[in-house]
Amino acid sequence: MTYDKDWALRWLNDFGERVQENKQLLSDLDQAIGDGDHGINMARGLSELKKAFAEKEPTDLKDVFKTAGMTMVSKVGGASGPLYGTAFLNMSKAIDSDTIDAVGLTNVIEAGLEGIEKRGKSHAGEKTMIDVWEPVVHALHQEDLTDDVVDAALQKTKDLKATKGRASYLGERSIGHLDPGAYSSALLFHAMIQTEVS
Amino acid sequence: MKKILNGTDQVVEQMVEGLVKSHADIVHRVEGTRVIARNDKRPGKVGLVSGGGSGHEPAHAGYVGRGMLSAAVCGDVFTSPTPDQIYEGIKAADQGAGVLLIVKNYTGDVMNFEMAADLADADDIKVEQIVVDDDIAVEDSTFTTGRRGVAGTVLVHKIIGAAAEAGASLEELKALGEKVIASVKTLGVALSPCTVPEVGHPGFELGDDEIELGIGIHGEPGFTREKIMPSASLAKQLYERISNESKLLPGDKVVVLVNGMGATPLMEQYVFANDVHELLKNAGVRAEKTLVGDYMTSLEMAGLSLTILKLEDEKWVDMLKLPVDTIAW
Repeated sequence: MTYDKDWALRWLNDFGERVQENKQLLSDLDQAIGDGDHGINMARGLSELKKAFAEKEPTDLKDVFKTAGMTMVSKVGGASGPLYGTAFLNMSKAIDSDTIDAVGLTNVIEAGLEGIEKRGKSHAGEKTMIDVWEPVVHALHQEDLTDDVVDAALQKTKDLKATKGRASYLGERSIGHLDPGAYSSALLFHAMIQTEVS
Repeated sequence: MKKILNGTDQVVEQMVEGLVKSHADIVHRVEGTRVIARNDKRPGKVGLVSGGGSGHEPAHAGYVGRGMLSAAVCGDVFTSPTPDQIYEGIKAADQGAGVLLIVKNYTGDVMNFEMAADLADADDIKVEQIVVDDDIAVEDSTFTTGRRGVAGTVLVHKIIGAAAEAGASLEELKALGEKVIASVKTLGVALSPCTVPEVGHPGFELGDDEIELGIGIHGEPGFTREKIMPSASLAKQLYERISNESKLLPGDKVVVLVNGMGATPLMEQYVFANDVHELLKNAGVRAEKTLVGDYMTSLEMAGLSLTILKLEDEKWVDMLKLPVDTIAW
């Protein structure tokens, strides 16, 4: 399979729509274990991204992710801005051609994961977005990424105790809730899986 | 939701405008940004930049001016400002001697200030940062991101501000800041939640007779919920936790900050302050200075926080007492 600029644009725009649709849910999840602004912040960032794509018209695949990264960093704020922003910027850095194949895509997503881990000084098992990104990267390596893999990873965050991020301040009380960052990341990967490759 | 607003998406923009128009003699807005900077610049002085989400007024813009901060960066309500905005704040504060960032320990704030420091570094502005983590509600462990930064941050602003005004270097200010941060502890309590305008409903729910201990400054829940109790009992609970944590002993000298969360009458804050003074007297601990009022709020949350700064250096009191020209100190 070949992934190009238009595919990436369709993917991230679809992600944006899914976030808008789930804005309230994301904020409610955040309300339970954080401060309730994840939906608002992500929705604001992704509507700015839609505008940026329309106005700047990214020149190539690399530029799509760079635009996404810069927009998330400069428009979202909070923790989600630098985390998603760094992920997309790292993904952009991992691309050096107009199209990538399945192996290339795996490398790109893995670069995004590494960016999040570095920026958040975090790793899997701490009830964060990494708990979705890491299994996704693993499944991509196995060439077996499905919606079920994403959902299973997301559901697993429910039983984890938060040790990073704002939810960590709740300790044991964070158990039983889905992590909002993991939820928005699940939306990102559902969108990726559903975006047809032309 | 009943609030005095024109639209939930215009809150911060219009607050910033109102603030600079109301206090044009002290501060101005850096054009095209949400940065509030002081009017008087002093070449050769280290710049001090703080900031965070809006909704904590008078923090942080209220502490910009002679003797305190050089600039404050206003994020969206309860959301850290973005790196480009913080970078504008750094540029506004830079007077050739470097810039110290005073950051509250919240994941988003730390990450965004770090990214801004990287941007400034690429521009050859010397930047250091200190992270305030005074809230003892969260137990520290190797697994957590550490304790939150709350009202104690204001005392850090004032002491560092005085030292910077006196000509301390960037390195000296960073070392002093870290010493003050290690000596300041805070614990908060909520009587009722607050409503973020864009969310439209309260951040958590409390029964009529319930209070939540250990809350942060963003409406995020605390560590335990109890029945409402007399101020003296509440003061005892908060004081004893802080006292144990700070290992306060008879003869120790402290600075006390009773901080309103936004909807607590000064009357109640003084009742509580009176109880704290009684506890200090019984413990043989001397309060060298006491501050009471809304310093680091959480929108219209009812409740307060108690901050105790253990004086490791007597000069800190003098620095806290030095006059300043700011909106809120």
